[in-house]
Amino acid sequence: MTADSEFKRRTVLKAGSTAVTATFVATRTATPAAAAQTESSVDITLRVNGHDHRLAVEPRVTLLDALRERLDLTGTKKGCDRGECGACTVLADGRRIKSCLTLAVMRQNTEITTIEGLARGDRLHPLQEAFIRRDALQCGGCTPGQIMSGVACISEGHTRSADEIREWMSGNLCRCACYPNIVAAIQDAAK
Amino acid sequence: MRNFTYAAPRNVAEAVRLAGQPGARFIAGGTDLLNLMRDGAQSHGAIIDINGLALGDIVQRNGVIRIGALARMSDVAAHPAVRRSLPVVSEALLNSASPQVRNMAAVGGNVLQRTRCGYFRDSGTTCNKKTPGTGCPALEGENRGHAILGGSDHCLAVHPSDLAVALLAVDAVVLTDRRRFPFADLHVVPGTTPDQETVLGHGELITGFEIPVTPLAARSRYLKLRDRATFEFAVVSVAAALAMRGNTVRDVRLTFGGVATKPWRSPEAEDALRGKPLTTTTITEAGRALVRGAVTRDHNAFKVDLVQRALDGLLRDLGGAR
Repeated sequence: MTADSEFKRRTVLKAGSTAVTATFVATRTATPAAAAQTESSVDITLRVNGHDHRLAVEPRVTLLDALRERLDLTGTKKGCDRGECGACTVLADGRRIKSCLTLAVMRQNTEITTIEGLARGDRLHPLQEAFIRRDALQCGGCTPGQIMSGVACISEGHTRSADEIREWMSGNLCRCACYPNIVAAIQDAAK
Repeated sequence: MRNFTYAAPRNVAEAVRLAGQPGARFIAGGTDLLNLMRDGAQSHGAIIDINGLALGDIVQRNGVIRIGALARMSDVAAHPAVRRSLPVVSEALLNSASPQVRNMAAVGGNVLQRTRCGYFRDSGTTCNKKTPGTGCPALEGENRGHAILGGSDHCLAVHPSDLAVALLAVDAVVLTDRRRFPFADLHVVPGTTPDQETVLGHGELITGFEIPVTPLAARSRYLKLRDRATFEFAVVSVAAALAMRGNTVRDVRLTFGGVATKPWRSPEAEDALRGKPLTTTTITEAGRALVRGAVTRDHNAFKVDLVQRALDGLLRDLGGAR
């Protein structure tokens, strides 16, 4: 699938959900609580995949929600939203973190890398290539998190055996249980 | 999660002043706090981000290793001085959480993380820790994960930190913005006030830990038993530090996780070994001394046996007992 068709699919999905929820949105924005929340927003700058983004967020907005809902970087997935599944894994100054467990306001002086920032133009990252070659995904929901975590796992040097990879990838769950192929892909890319 | 105001002070004095206001709370890694706020187990009007404070260093000087409160779990676990002189601390950390969370979570916050008791975390149930006086459903309910030591008729919730169990075994000292005291004094048993978990005052900031470098601490291990191989809290855990003179136990520290309402040290178990040879008999005696005061409930009696076997296995491993 090309980047272009992916964009169209998402636009259709978004348009559909907007139409369905339009009435609810209208009622909710009229409440005093919503107004108060807007006043309490803070201006921040996030550096993501080499670009600075200025935005106003409420302090309670997680890095994950800021990436997905404000910067439209929906490659980072929201699975459990409580640090258990790893689908939201991104790199912060090169270290893997769970973006659902940190606030956007806390990450202003951090270089964030998401799955969208891995490829160099049309050239996929070696681990992305390895995931395709090894068929290391089924539904794909966990895949961006697995790949970001795997990139860090390789750079940390925790790839000396399949057991070591399994232990150091334990923060990323796969409901389709593609674990053997994920481990194989990481082993390939680590070579 | 309810919204809050946010401040990122640049020095300890300012952080402590801001955190002194009612409803304020420090955030470091945030890996526990954000979930507590999502679940409604805690709510705070002001969040004070301390990540800008210079409290992240790990240094060894004059026979003491000082770990700053903002040092991340992964950095402490991998630090050469910690691995060499405090192996139990490194092992406890590497057996905690996931690589991502270990990159985020600070050690000061780790020892203050709150229980994983399902009743505490569930917004739809009563809980004396969450809302004092509402009752404890765990007493007669799902209590397989709950404490057999240090509980009360008000609360049986287990303290979840592996690091705290390890720090207790190496005689750590807690440093705050206003005082220093033994790590053993940090946590308190629930008694009639399970909402009170530590001796820290409102707005008091842990700035670090100091741990003396001793032969005892250098020969230390952590054993964690859990329901799956990794990325899980302890059902039972044991930290042991051992100093031998020939075949005799010169000194020993035995601390436990998963079985108690606070990081648990057993002086009785230690006394059963100190000055004696490490044998099947003395190890068995130590285990019995540990569980002598245990109180079990419907689903957690298995921990009485399990913790003794864990102690047995770890001591044999560490001391080479026959």
